[in-house]
Amino acid sequence: MERVPILKIGDILLVSIQVDMSDQTALQLQEDLAERIVSTGSHGVIIDITALDIVDSFVGRMLSTIASISKVLDAETVVVGMRPAVAITLVELGLSLNGIRTALNVERGMELIAAARPDESPDDDEFHDETDEPETTDSA
Amino acid sequence: MTTGIDLSQPQAQAIRSDEDVVRVRQLVRTVAVAAKLSLVDQTKVVTAASELARNTLVYGGGGSVEVTTMDNGRRRGVRIVFADSGPGIADLDLALTDGYTTGGGLGLGLSGARRLVDEFDIDTGAGRGTRITVTKWAR
Repeated sequence: MERVPILKIGDILLVSIQVDMSDQTALQLQEDLAERIVSTGSHGVIIDITALDIVDSFVGRMLSTIASISKVLDAETVVVGMRPAVAITLVELGLSLNGIRTALNVERGMELIAAARPDESPDDDEFHDETDEPETTDSA
Repeated sequence: MTTGIDLSQPQAQAIRSDEDVVRVRQLVRTVAVAAKLSLVDQTKVVTAASELARNTLVYGGGGSVEVTTMDNGRRRGVRIVFADSGPGIADLDLALTDGYTTGGGLGLGLSGARRLVDEFDIDTGAGRGTRITVTKWAR
């Protein structure tokens, strides 16, 4: 079974999925990421899916699960690089990717993660009451 | 990866493992490109094939797939037949409802796959396996 590498860049974990993942590989990535978040104390996870030519319901669910797991472990997840054809197909498939933040590319993803933790940047105190986003988790 | 195959002939692939589901995606992609489907339509038919191949594996206990290049004189397309000899589907209307699942998934595989293709035919019943035929035409 192939394994997707997880890179640590500063405070962020970067996962760039470059292979057509089997379901087992996807589940393994889920576990590996949870462990790396805890062992590194990272506060952000960026999942780059630029190279994926499809996202089916299994991978879609994996992305949602990773976002939920990292939230529990005090990390933000941003999915970046979704191809237009993949976005069109996902919507038609009926997958809403609940609770997943997306950005066009890695750079914007890093900005999103930085913005999600205003308490760590010294200059903006004014937003610190509004950092809680609405919960979109629908069921247990 | 799948070079040198004769796409004028139907391409068969067993579905016995996770890796086979990946192979089905790659095979359908190759045939869809050869049939000159647009990028969006390639993406849709490969996604539908991935859902249905996983269903064949998880619910049908494994089976096989056959991928054929179609030509109706006006348009080319891809036809994919998934067959298993699993338990079959007793209540098809329920199985085709968004969000219904017996397997702990999202319940979008069957219903979602149907939305992503142009033609969708299913032959199933309790105790007699499942045979699903889907077709996607080039626009």
